[in-house]
Amino acid sequence: MAKKNAGSLVWSLAVPVALLAIWEAASRAGVINPMILPSPSAVFLRWVAYARPARPFDPAEGTYLAWFFSGELLHDAAASLYRVVMGFVIGAGLALPVGLLMGTSETVYRLLNPLLQILRPIPPIAYIPLAILWFGLGNPPAFFLISLGAFFPVVMNTIGGVRTVDAIYIRAARNLGASGATLFWRVILPAATPHIMTGLRVGFGVAFIVVIVAEMIAVNNGLGYRILEAREFFWSDKIIAGMISIGLLGLAIDTGLSRLSDHLLRWHRGIEVGK
Amino acid sequence: MSAMGANAPGAGSVPEPARPAITIRGVTKTFEAKDLGTVVALDGIDLDVAKGEFVCLLGPSGCGKSTLLNAVAGFSLPTSGSVKTDGVEVTAPGPDRAMVFQEYALFPWMTVFANVAFGLEIKGVRRGEIKETVDALLATLHLTEFRERFPKDLSGGMRQRVAIARVLALDSPVLLMDEPFGALDALTRRNLQDELLRIWSEWKKTILFVTHGIEESIYLADRIVVMTYRPGRVKKIVEVGMPRLRDVSSPEFNKLKRELTEMVMEEQRRHAEAEARLATAD
Ligand SMILES: Nc1ncnc2c1ncn2[C@@H]1O[C@H](COP(=O)(O)OP(=O)(O)O)[C@@H](O)[C@H]1O
Ligand SMILES: [Mg+2]
Repeated sequence: MAKKNAGSLVWSLAVPVALLAIWEAASRAGVINPMILPSPSAVFLRWVAYARPARPFDPAEGTYLAWFFSGELLHDAAASLYRVVMGFVIGAGLALPVGLLMGTSETVYRLLNPLLQILRPIPPIAYIPLAILWFGLGNPPAFFLISLGAFFPVVMNTIGGVRTVDAIYIRAARNLGASGATLFWRVILPAATPHIMTGLRVGFGVAFIVVIVAEMIAVNNGLGYRILEAREFFWSDKIIAGMISIGLLGLAIDTGLSRLSDHLLRWHRGIEVGK
Repeated sequence: MSAMGANAPGAGSVPEPARPAITIRGVTKTFEAKDLGTVVALDGIDLDVAKGEFVCLLGPSGCGKSTLLNAVAGFSLPTSGSVKTDGVEVTAPGPDRAMVFQEYALFPWMTVFANVAFGLEIKGVRRGEIKETVDALLATLHLTEFRERFPKDLSGGMRQRVAIARVLALDSPVLLMDEPFGALDALTRRNLQDELLRIWSEWKKTILFVTHGIEESIYLADRIVVMTYRPGRVKKIVEVGMPRLRDVSSPEFNKLKRELTEMVMEEQRRHAEAEARLATAD
């Protein structure tokens, strides 16, 4: 088992390591202008500097924990995470009831679906001018844009999930005496959760894209803001360090959501339990 | 084993002249199908099922067996005619007519225990009582060690046991079963048939059981209702009258099997002819 894992680790790292080695060698040989593409080692050093607290630890200034988190990177990451979570909670929080209602009631579906279909193809990015006009600068327009981005995937998947609940479950439940709220909470909702979880994951992915864009226009911290700021100083090493941080944060969030989804859907066919 | 036949209600003794468990009078059901026009799935069905009786509906696929069972269950009411259970007109599905489906229809997000407990929770039974009832049922159906499993981790036979436990939990007097063992292999099927006969005789249930298996119907039923293909009518009602457990290799069994095969094949041919007509019409 361990041997097999080690083997697959070697395989999965082979190409990235080789690319990094070539890139590093090319930079050291002076083939590429470091202003255009800095060496991996320069990026790494810059990333460490970005992540490290600016000043040495001084007990007089506060706790060790506060010091540890005083670096610019963790501040930015926290700011981005705060925005994306707020936007996602608002967007998904509106999408879930709307989707459940549209999924269960034919009348609501027929009333709201045309509007949904018209608004859905508009990328959240296109709302930027309106967002600034309506909400000014700072976090509010970012929340607005992120929640828009999260809303549509969640609402569409929730509707789909509820509308495609296998009729046999409804029959069985009604035969057992279930109706109304019991039927909805104990049967329709759980039967729809695989779709809903997909919607939440896709929605969070979109929200994460939108937060980076939103930070480039309306605020002055966060990972998106930081890479744009670095560009103004031609700090290409910091741009890449910031991009890598965005990637790592995105990966961490998606892994968390995937774990949560596996746990909630452990009853579902085709999902490995306890992996 | 042979004691089972002796105390099985309705098997040998004459049923008391009480109100029948199920009364079906002049039940007709038509469907408007796009390509076929009006399909007469059921046409003037009359049938009484006595309390404690085990009745099989037998016929080739498409002859309206499920339609009739769904009318009794209340899923799809007849176009005309009436269905009464214990003298009360059927208007909606209810836990007094528990249904076992061929597709099991277990809730995959609930454990075995939760599936069986669900009907009792809806009834508002106390937690402690639910636990007691469900655990006893799981033991009866040899499911105790699967209590906390999800349906996806069970074999077909095990799933159908859970489905049976789930309807038994409701303690409904009438069990409706739509080809419940149709998807199982022969050995598992025989096993569950025996289990069902044991439950039926111990719990004094009334069972209306749909099948297209001729042997299955003879093995299980007090009476077999053979149905015709389109329109669905009662072709013949056959009393089985053999003591249980029945020996499928006995001459008596096989004589009845030949007779029934003859009848079912006749309807099967009409089904095939109808399909052929449809194919040439296109
Ligand atoms: N919902 C429906 N719409 C149209 N036709 C139906 C519907 N349900 C059943 N039928 C038709 O009614 C007939 C009887 O069907 P069914 O009761 O399912 O037969 P069985 O269970 O004996 O195989 C079939 O010919 C079928 O095509
Ligand atoms: Mg059928």
